[in-house]
Amino acid sequence: MTQSNRLDGGLINRDRPINFTFDDIPYQGFKGDTLASALLANNVRLMGRSFKYHRPRGPLTASSEEPNAIVELRDGARKEPNTRATTAELFEGLTAKSQNRWPSLAFDMMAINDRFSSFLAAGFYYKTFMWPAAFWEKLYEPIIRRAAGLGSAALEPDPDSYDKGFLHCDFLITGAGPTGLMAALTAGRAGAQVILADEDSLVGGRLNCETITVNDQAGSDWVRAVQAELADMPNVRIMTRTTVIGAFDHGIYGALERVSDHLPVPANGKPRQILWRIYSKRSLLAAGAIERPIAFEQNDRPGIMLASALRAYANRWAATPAQQIAIFTNNDDGYRSAADLQAKGVSVAAVIDTRPDAQTSAEWEVLAGATIVNTSGRRGLTGIQVKLADGSVRHIKCGAVGVSGGWNPNVHLASHQRGRPEWHAEIAAFGPGQNLPQGMSVAGAAAGHLSTYGALKSGVEGATAVLADLGKAATAPELPQAEDAPVKITPFWHVAGAKRAWLDQQNDVTAKDVKLAHQENFVSVEHLKRYTTLGMATDQGKTSNMGGLAIMSELAGKPIPQVGTTIFRPPYTPTAIGAFAGRSRDADFRPVRKTPSHTWAEEQNAVFVEVGMWLRAQWFPRTGETHWRQSVDREVLQTRKSVGICDVTTLGKIDVQGADAATFLNKIYCNPFAKVPVGKVRYGLMLREDGIAMDDGTAARLAEDHFVVTTTTANAVGVYRHMEFVRQCLFPDLDVQLISTTEAWAQYSVAGPNARALLKKVVDPEHDISNEAFPYMACGEVSVGQVRSRLFRISFSGEMAYEIAVPTRYGDALIRRLVEAGKEFDAVVYGTEALGVMRIEKGHAAGNELNGTTSALNLGMGRMVNKKKDSIGSTLSKRDGMNGPDALKLVGLKPVDPSKPVPAGAHLMTKGSPVDAAHDQGYVTSACYSPNLGHHIALAFLRSGDSRLGEVIRLVSPLTGQDHDVEVVSAHFIDPEGDRLRV
Amino acid sequence: MSDISARMEPLTPLGTKTPKIDVFGPVTLSEVVDCALASFSARLGQQDAARNVLMRFCGSALPGPGQAVLGTVTVFWTGPEQWMVMAPHDTHEDLAEQLKALAAEAASTTEQNDAWCRFDLKGPNLADVFERLCPINIRASSGGEATRTSIDHLGCFVIVGARDAITVLGPRSAAGSLHHALVTAIRSAI
Repeated sequence: MTQSNRLDGGLINRDRPINFTFDDIPYQGFKGDTLASALLANNVRLMGRSFKYHRPRGPLTASSEEPNAIVELRDGARKEPNTRATTAELFEGLTAKSQNRWPSLAFDMMAINDRFSSFLAAGFYYKTFMWPAAFWEKLYEPIIRRAAGLGSAALEPDPDSYDKGFLHCDFLITGAGPTGLMAALTAGRAGAQVILADEDSLVGGRLNCETITVNDQAGSDWVRAVQAELADMPNVRIMTRTTVIGAFDHGIYGALERVSDHLPVPANGKPRQILWRIYSKRSLLAAGAIERPIAFEQNDRPGIMLASALRAYANRWAATPAQQIAIFTNNDDGYRSAADLQAKGVSVAAVIDTRPDAQTSAEWEVLAGATIVNTSGRRGLTGIQVKLADGSVRHIKCGAVGVSGGWNPNVHLASHQRGRPEWHAEIAAFGPGQNLPQGMSVAGAAAGHLSTYGALKSGVEGATAVLADLGKAATAPELPQAEDAPVKITPFWHVAGAKRAWLDQQNDVTAKDVKLAHQENFVSVEHLKRYTTLGMATDQGKTSNMGGLAIMSELAGKPIPQVGTTIFRPPYTPTAIGAFAGRSRDADFRPVRKTPSHTWAEEQNAVFVEVGMWLRAQWFPRTGETHWRQSVDREVLQTRKSVGICDVTTLGKIDVQGADAATFLNKIYCNPFAKVPVGKVRYGLMLREDGIAMDDGTAARLAEDHFVVTTTTANAVGVYRHMEFVRQCLFPDLDVQLISTTEAWAQYSVAGPNARALLKKVVDPEHDISNEAFPYMACGEVSVGQVRSRLFRISFSGEMAYEIAVPTRYGDALIRRLVEAGKEFDAVVYGTEALGVMRIEKGHAAGNELNGTTSALNLGMGRMVNKKKDSIGSTLSKRDGMNGPDALKLVGLKPVDPSKPVPAGAHLMTKGSPVDAAHDQGYVTSACYSPNLGHHIALAFLRSGDSRLGEVIRLVSPLTGQDHDVEVVSAHFIDPEGDRLRV
Repeated sequence: MSDISARMEPLTPLGTKTPKIDVFGPVTLSEVVDCALASFSARLGQQDAARNVLMRFCGSALPGPGQAVLGTVTVFWTGPEQWMVMAPHDTHEDLAEQLKALAAEAASTTEQNDAWCRFDLKGPNLADVFERLCPINIRASSGGEATRTSIDHLGCFVIVGARDAITVLGPRSAAGSLHHALVTAIRSAI
């Protein structure tokens, strides 16, 4: 097996041999080969097993529309199933395996399915696995999944990276064949910004696969000359290995560049692929045409392929599937394959032409008016039976058949926005319709111009029209000389009377399945598609849809255009999920926001928690502490006993300025703000327009026309957005300016009886922060080590507390300074868990209570909604349903048995009532163990809760298995009068 | 061990004492900390007065939408009648106050010094780097553009001094993520 089917010539580099394996057998190919071409050169035609019947299959095509030669590439974490051998470029050490076979490709046990094919026809699953229902998930589906196979996933993380990118151009040309090249030349010379994209590794399209000459040069030589000229133009970007996968709105296209797929491993730092978003002013679809097969009995044997593929393998890759071939055609183009293969020394056994008037030839036998009625060869074609015009049958020995049923313009991208293709009778195929994506035009074979000259000319004309549209003057390049053969075709779709004539080889759909679907009244093409799965495989039926439509048309007795087409959808070819994810995976799934004390917290072995994108310290374990509760209890107790420090930078800070700043805040908050004195802070509650609580926080008045509003960490962005909406859309007549300053300031809470004593050591002595000079709810500017600072006397913990802020770059210095100064007081730094415990002890609402369903009334802040002013949400908060006598009210709960927990999410029931939804009295929102009280406590919403203090009710939590009694108490477990705040 | 009488030592957005500078072949990526920032928004009905103040301060005409005027004092447009002003931190730490003193009731100014981290990229082919980062068409820029965009989910300003000198301002807390994104794109592109 040493490349016995390698021919002369081709665009491969014979100086660069490449070793690879297929199903563990070593082979050799050349640089420039695809896996399929190299295997064919090595006389390997069998490359896979079909999806449903496990029939032996070889390549049908030489390009990305391939339905059959689907393999697993590479090993280990890079294993990539369902890859087309026809597009996989060979590289040194490539390992490929066939898939969907057991134990081996040559002997596949599951091929037994093929014997039972009459039971497995279209709709088999729907008809068979109906009963009993419970069997579907447990029994049927696993069996079907195992039997109907594609490849297997690597089951390891993909070690490669994928980029996303953005490109801009005047003119995107999809396809770098003769049409695209001439269009690029025209537009490039006119100075337009051009992107020329092609899925192939080479530009040139079919010219690389044909013996056609252009300007008396070999087509591929002409291509290299044009490519060289384009490469010298700075305004033209040639993107090979780049598939335009989708046409989206406003001239935006998705394109996948396979940067490193042709390499064993991507170069250091380089991505495997890049998913580009291309913004274009205009685009030209020059995607060529795809040859279509003719369906006939047993037409799926390895060796039977499209006639154009046969000569592509011979001309470009110098490979042939066999030394003796036949051609089966209904048009003149099929003869090119006979000529090209014969010129390469391959014997042409016969050309079987369905047209009765086909011309005879001196070079090979032409069987006019004949059809192939059967084939032989289990794992590869050995011969065909031809029914001649006179009705007799002749056996012909051959190892390959090139089939040509005509060419379909490749209108996929033209139809991504539901544009319906139109029937072009002169080529017996669908071409692009009128309803194209914005800015797109179609040229060349994709528009039905199937000759080389027609393609070249169409490319120039297409580009000239686009340039005129863009207001750019163009000088059309001189058109090269090339063949301009007219299309001579007599439509012929399938050989009548066949039992197993394959239409969709990837999904194993036969002509008979289409007939069955029609017989069972699935007459719409969309129903046909789903019932038979025709065109639903990863090739999207590029070689099969047309055959299905033609048979439907015969059965329905109406012309093909009336049968219609199914919808084309992106991506044009299968695209790895990794490309859509890009770099946003694993640790980089989303950005990480770090607090100013992050470095210090890491040094303390803090345990972090994600809050939005912030990483916040949850607690700071000390030596000997083995359970998080030990750390949290210590932090809480020490804060209440002496002093604790907490990084509260993450709370949103919004700078509000302007002559109407106070008026604006009066609209935003339900409670009054107009009269807040300068140098004071006020707690505020924001309502949504529907009267439900949105967020709470504080607003500090730094000047008559200057406030700093704080928000909760989680709602910082949402509140800022809301405030901008209110400013710009609801009250544009107010003089207000907003900007976020969350990140600008590092802010620490210093809380506890020794908070002031600690701060006095840190704040520069010229600032008086005594209780008299700086009372509860005061704010002002101070300095720390001569660094500008802001001080707010506010408390979330319920202790005497301050929040001190410095420019963020000094945040690290400040936490170290606070810790150092706090040593004298045994100060602790506490995390979000201790923060949560202390706010529950104090009865402060947080995100669990502001949960999008609760009103100010529910939160026990009904009286804060000022009746004298109109603020957002105040009117709708008065709705009847929100103010009933049994409204939910925020209460505290403590267990009757102090050893019992009071879990969040538990529901509350009146004692003696049934435990069901109809008798539900409320639910627990926040819960913790209070180290100060020595038992669990909770905040809850309870019907008429404010009038039920002291009542013992039943707590039920099926999720955590709790069902016991709790007592309703005030939500303020610690210091209900707030005395500690003011000392 | 920190001494509470010592000078407060600033850290860079990437969390070190000195700014990080990375060189990748022809491209240099520098963390820049000598950069004071202030937002400048005209008050309602005071647009002309505010513009005059800012024009005097930066010594040039003000940039329009999507534009920046670069110099010792750089100004870029961030919204209708609002700009961001950038100047050396060493000399303009109180930039917002300086501007406020000049503008009085004509404009609102807010200190933004440490709200942002700043990375400067220098080198040829920066368009190749940025096309992997954001939808801005660097190839079409001639210098003097400032655009708000998203880089790896982070809201950033990209200020093009020239096609070989581009500044990125991003949220300071996510400086590490932004730096990672920039390094990744540079390594991928060059």
